[in-house]
Amino acid sequence: MTAADPTVQAASPAPRPRLDTVENAASTPDETQPYAELGLKPDEYERIREILGRRPTAAELAMYSVMWSEHCSYKSSKVHLRKFGERVTEEMKQHLLVGIGENAGVVDIGDGWAVTFKVESHNHPSFVEPYQGAATGVGGIVRDIISMGARPVAVMDQLRFGAVDNPDTARVVHGVVSGVGGYGNSLGLPNVGGELVFDASYQGNPLVNALCVGVLRHEDIHLANASGVGNKVILFGARTGGDGIGGASILASETFEDGVPAKRPSVQVGDPFMEKVLIECCLELFSADVVEGIQDLGAAGISCATSELASNGEGGMHVDLDSVLLRDPSLNAGEILMSESQERMMAVVRPEKLEEFLAITAKWDVETSVIGEVNDSGRLTIDHHGQRIVDVDPRTVAHEGPVYHRPYARPAWQDELNASTTASLARPESADELRATALRLLASPNLASKSWVTDQYDRFVQGNTALAQPDDGGVVRVDESTNLGVALATDANGRYAKLDPRAGAALALAEAYRNVAVTGATPMAVTDCLNFGSPENPDSMWQLVEAIEGLADACQELGVPVTGGNVSLYNETGEPGRIDSAIHPTPVVGVLGVLDDVRTATASGWQSAGLRVLLLGATADELDGSAWADVEHQHLGGLPPRVDLAAEKALASVLVAARGDGLAAAAHDLSEGGLAQALLEASLRFGVGVRVSLDGVTQRDGVSPFVALFSETTARALVAVDPAREAELVAAAEVAGVPVVALGETGGDAVVVESAAGGFDIALDEAREAFEGTLPRIFG
Amino acid sequence: MGRVVVEVMPKPEILDPQGKAVVGALPRLGFTQFTSVRQGKRFELEVEGDVTPEVLAAAQAAAETLLSNPIIEDVVRVADVEADAAGTITSAGLA
Amino acid sequence: MTAVAPETLDGARVGVITFPGTLDDRDAARAVRLAGGTPVALWHADADLHGVDAVVIPGGFSYGDYLRAGAISRFAPAMGSVADAAQGGMPVLGICNGFQILTEAHLLPGSMVKNDHLQFICREQPLVVENASTAWTNQFEAGQRITIPLKNQDGQYVADERTLDELEGEGRVVFRYDGWNPNGSRRDIAGITNERGNVVGLMPHPEHAVEPGFGPAGKAGVRTGTDGLTFFTSVLAALVKA
Repeated sequence: MTAADPTVQAASPAPRPRLDTVENAASTPDETQPYAELGLKPDEYERIREILGRRPTAAELAMYSVMWSEHCSYKSSKVHLRKFGERVTEEMKQHLLVGIGENAGVVDIGDGWAVTFKVESHNHPSFVEPYQGAATGVGGIVRDIISMGARPVAVMDQLRFGAVDNPDTARVVHGVVSGVGGYGNSLGLPNVGGELVFDASYQGNPLVNALCVGVLRHEDIHLANASGVGNKVILFGARTGGDGIGGASILASETFEDGVPAKRPSVQVGDPFMEKVLIECCLELFSADVVEGIQDLGAAGISCATSELASNGEGGMHVDLDSVLLRDPSLNAGEILMSESQERMMAVVRPEKLEEFLAITAKWDVETSVIGEVNDSGRLTIDHHGQRIVDVDPRTVAHEGPVYHRPYARPAWQDELNASTTASLARPESADELRATALRLLASPNLASKSWVTDQYDRFVQGNTALAQPDDGGVVRVDESTNLGVALATDANGRYAKLDPRAGAALALAEAYRNVAVTGATPMAVTDCLNFGSPENPDSMWQLVEAIEGLADACQELGVPVTGGNVSLYNETGEPGRIDSAIHPTPVVGVLGVLDDVRTATASGWQSAGLRVLLLGATADELDGSAWADVEHQHLGGLPPRVDLAAEKALASVLVAARGDGLAAAAHDLSEGGLAQALLEASLRFGVGVRVSLDGVTQRDGVSPFVALFSETTARALVAVDPAREAELVAAAEVAGVPVVALGETGGDAVVVESAAGGFDIALDEAREAFEGTLPRIFG
Repeated sequence: MGRVVVEVMPKPEILDPQGKAVVGALPRLGFTQFTSVRQGKRFELEVEGDVTPEVLAAAQAAAETLLSNPIIEDVVRVADVEADAAGTITSAGLA
Repeated sequence: MTAVAPETLDGARVGVITFPGTLDDRDAARAVRLAGGTPVALWHADADLHGVDAVVIPGGFSYGDYLRAGAISRFAPAMGSVADAAQGGMPVLGICNGFQILTEAHLLPGSMVKNDHLQFICREQPLVVENASTAWTNQFEAGQRITIPLKNQDGQYVADERTLDELEGEGRVVFRYDGWNPNGSRRDIAGITNERGNVVGLMPHPEHAVEPGFGPAGKAGVRTGTDGLTFFTSVLAALVKA
């Protein structure tokens, strides 16, 4: 360790360091404090002084500054996020065991089983240090799931990078992909899917979101609260170092101790081995019933864990900072409180169960220390070197932070963007042109096979994975005796959301909902990660407000509640007011569905010849914002496909019933790239071709072969069915009011398309080369 | 032929999971005297001809740009391995 | 299921060791159960093998693989007992990290280094069974082609030429990668055995291909591959013979 502070290392006989105590703060009201450097606004600092009736100590200032940050307090989004809760009906709540507000929501899936799931962002750290940023992002969301009392059973990652031809993109891609894999693989969590998108709008602001799902019995739910006077507060896991407080090094100059503190790293380094041990250790603690309350340590570290546990409980808490095991003994109190060292947990334990608790952490070689006690003071008090350095009402730190009504307005450029439709763009007409277009789309980075990424992730571990990428949703078993399980899919199309954030958020939900239904699962609940620009930019703020409105309404219409999630703002490095000042608004929406028998989950491709292929849903001329407009014309403008949630609901009902009745031999949703992409993907999945005619679609829907192939109209899916049961599926679709048309039959080693424009065929070998060659060529 | 040795260590303030795992295992094998372990990397760069000051400077630059990640690692040594060899042997002999 | 264990095998006790960082212990236990045996959880710090008839050292990243894969685990008290039992003929199977631990413990020759392409790789891996007479492969046929998942970072098997020749000469190469070699292993070696044929180590994961609905693709379609189950029925058969 560098610059270890002898006054800290020495035992008690050493002279007391001069600390900024509560007493000292009260007697030196005019002391200048670096609140601005810590990210607090003058009025926020004044508010803290008002709450405390004095100036904060250095340690209190550290706590308030991190807890009142946008990241921890949601101060810009809070007033809008309430809509998710307000628009949840009693009916939607019936399967919710824990709703918004805890570490993650918990959903009842029957037979006494529950699942908890959440998606979270780790965007900025992943730009600074891609490997560690992505790795610790996975670590953070996994600890959220553990802290609900659940065993984590799968992860997914939603990745967005800059343009493939920008030299910095490869740096970020390599680091992030190996970080997600390096951490997730070491935890033994199957990675069952995710998203991978390249777009210049994410240059300098890559998005690294990670989702984790966990499984628990109803009675095992644990919550983050500190109750029971006399209960012990325990910190266990990795030691506390200076991680993640580099930006707050200003506090160092605020220390009243002698000597210069060590340099503080601005990035956190993950230790997946420690996390894996922590998972098993926590599960053993839960099953031994020795934990009253538990909280993971993430952003804002001990500040967050102590203030949230205390304010969720009934009384108060006292903590002795000297008991915190340190990796770096030179840390001062503020730094210890703010440290974001990974792989740490905090538990509240009854005194009579302390011994058993310590035996279990010792068995797993997990360092543990009792750092405090629950009391009835109603205050959170913290001592350091025997002196009181924090004395606050924990609610004012954790829950009563500032709330902003940020100004927002429809951007000046929005109308022009919406007016610039694809109507004027040249469309392919001949069969040859259609064929070439389909192949170019198939090989484009956003539509090409993601195997280069997903083959670096373990999808088999735990032995419960029924479906994973490239299938539309990830499906994992929960109960080995019945094969009950869940399906998960996440989606977001930033291009759609840029054109219309309200519709874009609804479309993200619609696609995730559809992808879950395609596997045959009944959609149950939603998590979201809202990645947007700066809330201080009225344009970006408008996008956020619109997206929340759109998502809250759509959730209500589809009857699936938001159970939790995350907001990531300030993904913006351009000049404010410009159309390209921020990332595309990217509301990542994850949907969880339930399957009574995951072994019957529907795969996304046909495995045998002679199956009939049907298209469910109608096709309209909707090419604005499409993959075609992007790949062929580098165009973004107009309006996204129409949101039709009634049609989505009807389609899902047919898909879910088709799986239950054993009708669907394969099913694949239509989204980016339209029917052409779906046919190619479904054929490449198992190397079985298909012969289709577009005539049924073009005649019924009055669209051209081009539109039939490349439109991105929503609420559509391909289904393959045994010819003997085709009539059953058609009848089921008609009863549900879902338009259905037979396209053709599986077989052969090519995708053969007949239409009024003439016929073309693409050999699967050629298609595979286009599909699978792209990412290895760019990044391999 | 000359050879330059570059040694890279995790920055002192950065968590070193590798070193932590090793220091945890040592006492179980009876090596109780070691209180801390940090694990770094050693690179050997070969050049045609002698290791000139220019070569060392280039190695230093390579070490700082490619061989280490300056966000989490420090370059702790860039040296001409032949010129250094005598010293290395001496210190090993003393130990 | 590709094979069903005879009823007489019920109750054969197969230990599965858990180290800190082990990932596939519960999967290995499931595989033992599905094959008709009784899985027994063993803890790395406990030298007592609790009277098991065979031992599986499952995959994972014990101690993070931080020093070298398997380097720290080989010194676990349980491994000392496993080494003694292996000398006495007890069947021992090391899968992935378990294979790495067995080589670090010198129960099997050679070592594993980083994949030649330097990336973690996860795929459905075709193998050829070269030796169908070990404790863990006696229900296969020599030359049989099977598919089980492969997933690792340090899977490239290396040994000096003399050792490789010896392994080949003595028929101790148990599995070879079929088609593409996914990690640069010498002579496409995926798994080997000791002289006696009771200790087998391999990089791919038989325990992830034991149950229809959850493994790799098989002849009957997606997720129908259960070739891995035969490893576990083989050891139960070997125990009956023994």
